[in-house]
Amino acid sequence: MMDAGIEDNSNHDFSGYDVRVTDAAQNGDTFVYVIKSQQISSDMEYRFEREFEDFEWLHHCLLTQEGVTGLHGIIFPPLPAKPGTSLSNSEAKTKKKIESLAMVDDWQMYCRALEEYLHLVTAHPVLVKNPAVHSFLKHREPPIKTKVKKGIFNKLTQAVEELRKEHHKDIDDFFQNERDSNLTLTAFTKAAAEKFLEIVLTEQKIAIACGHFSTALHLGIGQDDDPADYAFAKMCLKLSEVLDTVKKNFEKVAENDLNTLGFNLELHSRFQDAEKEMLFRRTCKLVDVETANKNLGQAKPHKKAAMEDIKKAADKEFDEISGMAKVEIQRYHRERVRAFQKALIELELAATCFCCSSTGWLSLNSHV
Amino acid sequence: MADDSERVPPPFPESEQRETDPADGESDEDSDDFEGEDIFTGNSQPSEPKKDPLPPAAPTTTTTTSSNTKTNGLHSDDEEQDIFAEATVELALDSPLNNRKREPAQAKPSAPGPSLTVTGPSTLKPPPAKTFEELEEEEEEDAFELNIAVTNPEKVGDGMNAYMAYKVSTQTNLPMFKCKTYTVKRRFSDFLGLYEKLSEKHSQNGYIVPPPPEKSILGMTKVKVGKEDSSSVEFVERRRASLERYLQRVVSHPSLLQDPDVREFLEKDELPRAVSTQALSGAGFLKMINRATDAVSKMTIKMNESDIWFEEKLLEVESEDQHLRKLLSVVETLVNHRKELSSNTAMFAKSVAMLGSSEDNTALSRALSQLAEVEDKIEQLHQDQACNDFFILAELFADYIRLLTAVRGSFDHRMKTWQRWQDAQTTLQKKRENEAKLLWANKPDKLQQAKDEISEWESKVTQYERDFERVSATVRKEVLRFEKEKAMDFKNQLVRYLETLLHSHQQLIKYWEAFLPEAKAIA
Repeated sequence: MMDAGIEDNSNHDFSGYDVRVTDAAQNGDTFVYVIKSQQISSDMEYRFEREFEDFEWLHHCLLTQEGVTGLHGIIFPPLPAKPGTSLSNSEAKTKKKIESLAMVDDWQMYCRALEEYLHLVTAHPVLVKNPAVHSFLKHREPPIKTKVKKGIFNKLTQAVEELRKEHHKDIDDFFQNERDSNLTLTAFTKAAAEKFLEIVLTEQKIAIACGHFSTALHLGIGQDDDPADYAFAKMCLKLSEVLDTVKKNFEKVAENDLNTLGFNLELHSRFQDAEKEMLFRRTCKLVDVETANKNLGQAKPHKKAAMEDIKKAADKEFDEISGMAKVEIQRYHRERVRAFQKALIELELAATCFCCSSTGWLSLNSHV
Repeated sequence: MADDSERVPPPFPESEQRETDPADGESDEDSDDFEGEDIFTGNSQPSEPKKDPLPPAAPTTTTTTSSNTKTNGLHSDDEEQDIFAEATVELALDSPLNNRKREPAQAKPSAPGPSLTVTGPSTLKPPPAKTFEELEEEEEEDAFELNIAVTNPEKVGDGMNAYMAYKVSTQTNLPMFKCKTYTVKRRFSDFLGLYEKLSEKHSQNGYIVPPPPEKSILGMTKVKVGKEDSSSVEFVERRRASLERYLQRVVSHPSLLQDPDVREFLEKDELPRAVSTQALSGAGFLKMINRATDAVSKMTIKMNESDIWFEEKLLEVESEDQHLRKLLSVVETLVNHRKELSSNTAMFAKSVAMLGSSEDNTALSRALSQLAEVEDKIEQLHQDQACNDFFILAELFADYIRLLTAVRGSFDHRMKTWQRWQDAQTTLQKKRENEAKLLWANKPDKLQQAKDEISEWESKVTQYERDFERVSATVRKEVLRFEKEKAMDFKNQLVRYLETLLHSHQQLIKYWEAFLPEAKAIA
């Protein structure tokens, strides 16, 4: 495993990366994530550690990249929510809803979410060209960050004034439809993700209960002088074995559910939000265009030229955004459907596999 | 274990499934006959007792060789025969029954049949070695059948005077019943009344009388008020099932079956209302008081246990009780979680359906609605499995916790008879002292009375001592029978439970496999 030194920024190679987030470790108060990345075109493999703030910085750089046409039309891959400071699941238990994957007490899941984020970034034809990506994925030392003002774009939708803009009628049917369907899809995806994660939690609870049941059965087994006692003891052991299988089955099912559909639904509910933000940015720009037009119409002659310039700039930006947005939207839906299909197939295959193996075991062992 | 790749489940063994009721009359006597056999692998090592020419009652008392050396209550089986000869009316020896018993007893020495009251057949041939399965099969072929079902809960009447009437159907070819089938309607208090009668007559002799299901004022009030929700439906079903099990246990007890009250319960169209079973009645309060005094007196009896078997057994019973309680609470947690899973799955199914309907891509939309359907079916599956967990396992544990109370009761009655014997001895001693005093004081007229009293008490002491030994023997026998029945019961229920697990897994596979083509068809 070779370590690259600081490379000259002019030597960018914009080919794809193969990135793995292999582990999470606790470093004092914070967590670090061990990342392995390999650029496809070269043989070089890099291994380094990053903290969550590094991810946030990367995200910030992507959002504020200069010189990209239609930047605001990009649907930025969503960064997973910041993990809680402790690994415990107690937060999830007190709050009734599952708000983020980080609450489902599973660090592997969280690493996978971060990994997926990096995949999405490096797979994006425009975003991968951002030098921040390069420095994130190749340099040993984490990039120098300036204090990030808490995601401006994230908070956009919460301003009261913006809420009004959100419902602004669109000039383009394609986009209006997209905005409407995004609204419903977001709500439903979130609901489905929540319910599904609750199923996973319950499955885990059942696994634990089976374990307790299995252990409790062992308690009464001691004396076997009596044939009846011995028979009874054998019964308990048998049931205990069966329960162990059931427990393992539920554990596997829960894990699988989480890995496939759970992961997918959660990611896409965040992605829907990202799309919503993009559409909102575009709508804001639309409002700007319409305002500029209005101003131009109302402008006094000596200001007309300035207004004209503003209008032209707004128009140009809006067109760029719309252009990029259209491409992004189509790409997004393709990817979404593909990912959903993959998740559903994996869900099904694993479910049948577990069921088959436990069915086989059960039928062999039901000869009591 | 587990994780093997897919394999075709072998066909479920048929022979295990032939047993109908766990507590059927026949199974009981059968189990009497295989002490020392490994019930599971069917290795047959007929134990010595089978070759014993003593009546079938005897084998149960010689389960372990050590018990042969125990003297308490095991004097001779002659005594047992005597006892049944002088038995009270309830344990009437039905001669046709015995005759019937003798025939198969000679043909098939495994001598199944619900009656324990055998005086005749000392001509038992030693049984050939049989596997468990063969003996089970014999059971089926045997003529003795008594099947009881409790079905059709119906609400009768209105308002607070309403009650549930259950249909009790009996199918039998036992000669002691006049007809082959009976159908009667009974209400819950009738069952309680039956228990009261049986308990009064038999508990004091050390018999373990199966307790009926518990009263539930809350449950019944909901039913009376007419609340038709799932919890009251579940309550009625739970009660029906436990009443059925209760009756099955009663009739599988050889001595209790002989009781004419049992027969009356099964046969008679109208039973007088058992008023003393009402919770908030004068009789009810009286019972509570009696129970309290019993508890107090139990605490004060310090028995000189001459037979360690009883002491050990009691300890075993105590630890078993604790074990069962723990199991019960654990199962109840499992049931609750499963119910939760079922409702979560239902909610998820709904949200997936909504997601599917708002999805533009038609293939994905269809796949999602398919997923919603699959999840709906799975929800039902979870619900069913939760019910199975409950009705098969939880109720089993709960039943046995109650039964263990009855077992403890029989130990208590034994203690009472011991106490009575001791008290009689004390009284006798006092009378003797009195006589000595009179002799000393030289009062010949009172002397005769004293002598009479002494001989009266001497016979009482003998009587009570014999009582004690008889009751001890009964308790011992009962406990052994109970343990065997318990092992059988658990085995049967476990088999049933495994079947349900197997079935639900198979269904799961079917549902998911039906989904795969839809998932693949996306894009």
